[in-house]
Amino acid sequence: MANRLLDSIMVRLDKLSSHRESKRAVYIIAVVFLVFFILLPPILGITFELDLVGQVFSNNDLLLRAEASIFWSFAIALSVATLDLLAGLPFAWYIARSKSRWINILDALADIPFVIPTVALGFSTLLFWGNTGPISVLGVSLAPGLILVLLLHFTFSFPVVVRVMVGELLAYNTIYETAAKTLGARTFTIARTVTLPLLRPGLIAAFLLAFARSLSETGATVIVAGGFENGPVFINNAKNAGLQGPMVLVSFTLIISSVTVFALIRLLGNRLKIPINRVYPSPEARLSSGRSVNMRNGLTFFIFGFFVLIPAIYITFPTFTALTDGTLQRAISGVGVWSSYWQSMTFSYTISVLVTLINIGLGLPVAILIARKRLGRLWTTLLDAIVNVPIVVPSVALGVSLGIFWRSFGFLPEFWILVFAQMTITYTYFVQAMAAAIEGIPLEMEETARTLGSRPFHVFRKIIVPLTKYSFLSGAILVFTRSLNETGAATAVSQTLKTSPVLLVSWIKHQVPATQSDIALGIAFLVLISFASLLALRLIVYRGKK
Amino acid sequence: MPEIKVVGLRKQYGKVIALNGIDLTIYDDEYLSIVGPSGCGKTTLIKSIAGVVQPDEGYVLINNKNVTTLPIEDRGIGYVFQEIALFPHMNVYDNVSYGLMIRGVSPIERDRPVEEMLHMMNLEDYVSLYPKELSGGARQKTAISRALTSGSTLLLLDEPLGALDLKVRTVLRYELRRLVKDLGLTAIHVTHDQEEALSVSDRIIVMKAGRIVEVGPPKELYMKPKELFTAKFLGEANFITGEILEIDNTDLLIDVNKFKIKTKCDLTPPLRKKEACVLAIRPELIDLNRNPQKENSFRCDVVEANFVGDSIRYTVKTENDISLLVKTPIIGEEKNLAIGDEAYVSLPVVNLLIFRVPDEGLEKALSLE
Amino acid sequence: MPTLRLLNVTKRFDNVKALDGVTFDVKDREYVCILGSTGSGKTTLLRTIAGIIKPDEGEIFIDSRNVNKTLAEDRNTVYVPQTYALFPHMTVLENVAFGPLAKDNSKVNAEQTAMNVLRLVRLDKRIDAYPNELSGGMQQRVALARGLASGAKLLLLDEPLGALDVRLRLELRVQLRRLAKESGFTVIHVTHDQEEAMTIGDRILVLRKGRLQQYGTPYHVYNRPEKIFVANFVGNTNFLEAIVESRSREGSTLTLREGLKIRVLDSSFEPEEAVIVALREEKISVTPEPRGDEPNRLSGEIIEVHFLGSHVRYVIRLTNGDEVAARVAIKEARNELNHGDWVSISFDPMNSHIYEYPMLGLQSELEAS
Repeated sequence: MANRLLDSIMVRLDKLSSHRESKRAVYIIAVVFLVFFILLPPILGITFELDLVGQVFSNNDLLLRAEASIFWSFAIALSVATLDLLAGLPFAWYIARSKSRWINILDALADIPFVIPTVALGFSTLLFWGNTGPISVLGVSLAPGLILVLLLHFTFSFPVVVRVMVGELLAYNTIYETAAKTLGARTFTIARTVTLPLLRPGLIAAFLLAFARSLSETGATVIVAGGFENGPVFINNAKNAGLQGPMVLVSFTLIISSVTVFALIRLLGNRLKIPINRVYPSPEARLSSGRSVNMRNGLTFFIFGFFVLIPAIYITFPTFTALTDGTLQRAISGVGVWSSYWQSMTFSYTISVLVTLINIGLGLPVAILIARKRLGRLWTTLLDAIVNVPIVVPSVALGVSLGIFWRSFGFLPEFWILVFAQMTITYTYFVQAMAAAIEGIPLEMEETARTLGSRPFHVFRKIIVPLTKYSFLSGAILVFTRSLNETGAATAVSQTLKTSPVLLVSWIKHQVPATQSDIALGIAFLVLISFASLLALRLIVYRGKK
Repeated sequence: MPEIKVVGLRKQYGKVIALNGIDLTIYDDEYLSIVGPSGCGKTTLIKSIAGVVQPDEGYVLINNKNVTTLPIEDRGIGYVFQEIALFPHMNVYDNVSYGLMIRGVSPIERDRPVEEMLHMMNLEDYVSLYPKELSGGARQKTAISRALTSGSTLLLLDEPLGALDLKVRTVLRYELRRLVKDLGLTAIHVTHDQEEALSVSDRIIVMKAGRIVEVGPPKELYMKPKELFTAKFLGEANFITGEILEIDNTDLLIDVNKFKIKTKCDLTPPLRKKEACVLAIRPELIDLNRNPQKENSFRCDVVEANFVGDSIRYTVKTENDISLLVKTPIIGEEKNLAIGDEAYVSLPVVNLLIFRVPDEGLEKALSLE
Repeated sequence: MPTLRLLNVTKRFDNVKALDGVTFDVKDREYVCILGSTGSGKTTLLRTIAGIIKPDEGEIFIDSRNVNKTLAEDRNTVYVPQTYALFPHMTVLENVAFGPLAKDNSKVNAEQTAMNVLRLVRLDKRIDAYPNELSGGMQQRVALARGLASGAKLLLLDEPLGALDVRLRLELRVQLRRLAKESGFTVIHVTHDQEEAMTIGDRILVLRKGRLQQYGTPYHVYNRPEKIFVANFVGNTNFLEAIVESRSREGSTLTLREGLKIRVLDSSFEPEEAVIVALREEKISVTPEPRGDEPNRLSGEIIEVHFLGSHVRYVIRLTNGDEVAARVAIKEARNELNHGDWVSISFDPMNSHIYEYPMLGLQSELEAS
């Protein structure tokens, strides 16, 4: 019975979809949503209170601090992105090309810092390099500050580079390398004259993503920064001190400069011609030899293990302690600091679910517009660029702007402001995942279906949906986990309500009397949920590959 | 230049046997083609010689040197891929000079040999263009130039003309042979187009299901094939089974469905009376006329008639229920036969190919798998 | 049953005309082949008829109804792209039932129709297979069946046999035509293979750079090519440059390079005009000695010999330096002619075609794009 009803609704929708007006309506609504809910609020928000900037200019101390924080944000992001590219590329190469059985495990391990909520990463890094960590045995211990921030950022941007480069290397057609070999070239020469130039777009993308991540991250950075301030830390401190002006100034500057830097690198990156004019057979042959490769791999693994993997998972130790020293019971019974924990968790979860549903519903038409270039080349490029803006801008700055914007509509409750903020930040992930998946379906298939009598909505539900359902699910899960773990914007926006990550940060900063075990366990629960979702994702994706 | 020897090559992919024991010698300066249906192993063979594929058993010798374990980059070959595989980020000049650059030759020293090659291939106008801006034919020529400029004397071509339109293919194939001969190279050319192989090769290798069926010069393989499959794969043929009625030295009388066919044959060991045999008759050698000829003439009805430009393809059915494909060249404006017409089909006395009935049966022997 | 008419259809992509004023008719149940090379606009033409592309100018009529404003899903035509575009997530049965299901939503009816068509193409035993489990030939049949089952009567096939092995193509092309004729479909079949077009087309439309070059029966297009491009694209043709010396009612005398004279039947050009003479390779006879009364006798040296199986192709350099290729059927070849032999060639004046000398030179007329 219900099936029949569903069927007839579907048929009605099919017929409707052939009408130009109804199709247009759907796309217009989606684009309007994009412009008015995703694009404009962050831009406008910050302009509303631009006058407060005067607060900073009158105070020399604040001004110096603000300038320094912006400088350091970019300096760190640039160095980290470069270092990660240098260290991550050989690692990605190994994963993509190796025939060893351990590859899948290595691949999953490389994902860990990406998968763990940044709060956990921050805390883990703090402990690892601190005076209770393994390094202290050597007489070295790092207190919160610049170096720790650098190490932290290196750790969490590494998987980004590896993910992108592994994807590029796997998708890349090795026939060019075989062709180079038949012409007598050895592996090192091939890498530098053929593979890397061809992978340049991927390298640039990886660089930009690592750069963006470093620029944007708030939660973990706050944990390990101590007295040092980069942009997000400064904004966080200003917020705690109740100083709107500095918040606005630094946010504004970060937004403008990050968009500019991105545009520049995107445009100029492709023009950079690395001249490949000469080859020196003997030294390059030596570099291609088995011994060189082994040495290189050894070094890469060491860097990965010591600077990325172990710091990331170090938190498991205090977690184990927490399981046995009575913290678990307190957690479950909601005693002390834990009373607000579960409330926060439910809160976080609800927001994330809502965010996911809204982004899916309203992002899908935009994904179709981008993938099928329905608006023509110029407008599609513009649309693509607009959709990418939220990723480019540091989430904390975004949060400040969004907070100001939505609060100007006085009637909007804080819950919804948080939802809208998360929405803006995660919108891009779903749209780009779906756009890529839809682009992967040959246009011919849709066209042939139409000539067989299938109307647009019918084509959508019978062809596009079944063939993209794995990307659909992974896009949805990506949005969900990103929203759940997000710290920056939530910190900037929240006044009374705290999401889980924000709560945990306050625990770590000793704003609340939580023990190390409390913190470890609290993070562990959050990680568990993230992990469960990402595991589900991997299973679905692997099943889809059959 | 080099001579290549392949001994006992075997390669298996899971359950599929791609190469099932290949023994072959390719002589100095030879232009050799390898033909066969898809899946016969010809690409695997050429890839094994190049080193792109490692055989499970057997070895490859180039100029008597065992190269089986040598990596691709050390074998000194020039390879032209089916997918062409020009480096997309380099223009024509850089693609063609790549082989020289790899050897450490400086940009200035590379100039002359590259310019010479481009001149020979008529690619001078395309020097600074990128692969995606070139036509299919230009891309093909660039790929060939690239393989040749590296100085190798052995050219391995994997369906080098496959990506091109028919017209361009038929012109380029002669240019390719001319170039190979002018430069004194040894070439191995894999193709599924048997006309291509016939027109340019010194020798042809016919492969099927991972094995070599027959090897020989084009004319010999076409006019006097020793294997049934060769007769089928090169050119077209009608296959009919019959029984030997009489033998007198090389003269034979064969009974096909009650028709008596006279022909000559010098099979060894010779056929015996009452033995079954298979006749392969090329459609272009059958005479179709309103009047019967002196020998081997049978009445038939025209079932189909297709104009194909320089000739007409007829399908006729004889009185004793045999269907034959006949190809008659069009000479002058004489009135051609039409569907439904009655005519006489005459088989040649010489140039009829006779084979023993294969062990696996006629159908299996002729199948393309 | 549909008839199709295109009037002055033009389509531009970025200022380049993919289709340029195309006008033609297709009769009910006709099998028309559109012949052209890559970039000729043939795919664009098909997609415009299907309704996937909207023309910038011109009109399209299906069954005398103007369909310019009709959506693709309502035009009752079926488009089968070169890649077949089979739905990878549906079985053979689901693929074939897709059309009927989309139109009337009854699963039972749709599957019934699908089964009927699948029986016709002999795939009724593989209805539960997925496309990636089938061979190329089978996939082609599924794509065809899907089109046939959809209820449309106008079939638009884009290189339907392009992806298949040469052997398979020869077998399937006849079956394809038979199927279409038996089911009463009107078919537009795009190909770059002129032999294919001539074998199965009722009429052939030759397309070049978006413009219609000639439209007629295979016999007509082959024997009366209206343009140099058509003469080159269909069949194998020689082109010689000449100047009209004199003309009369019975024909003209032309002068080739270095004063060689030939006679042709055409009288449409005035003396002193520059022309191009087109001669089919198979219409040139080659003999070691001249035979008294032959028309248009010229001598030359054989510079290339190509064995093509059923015939031999000689490239002869005439005494004036022009190169002429001649094809001789094996059956007719009475002599064994070799590289370096001096021979006499001749051709019948009525087998030549004369064209105005192209403004931009001969090469530009021969190029496909």
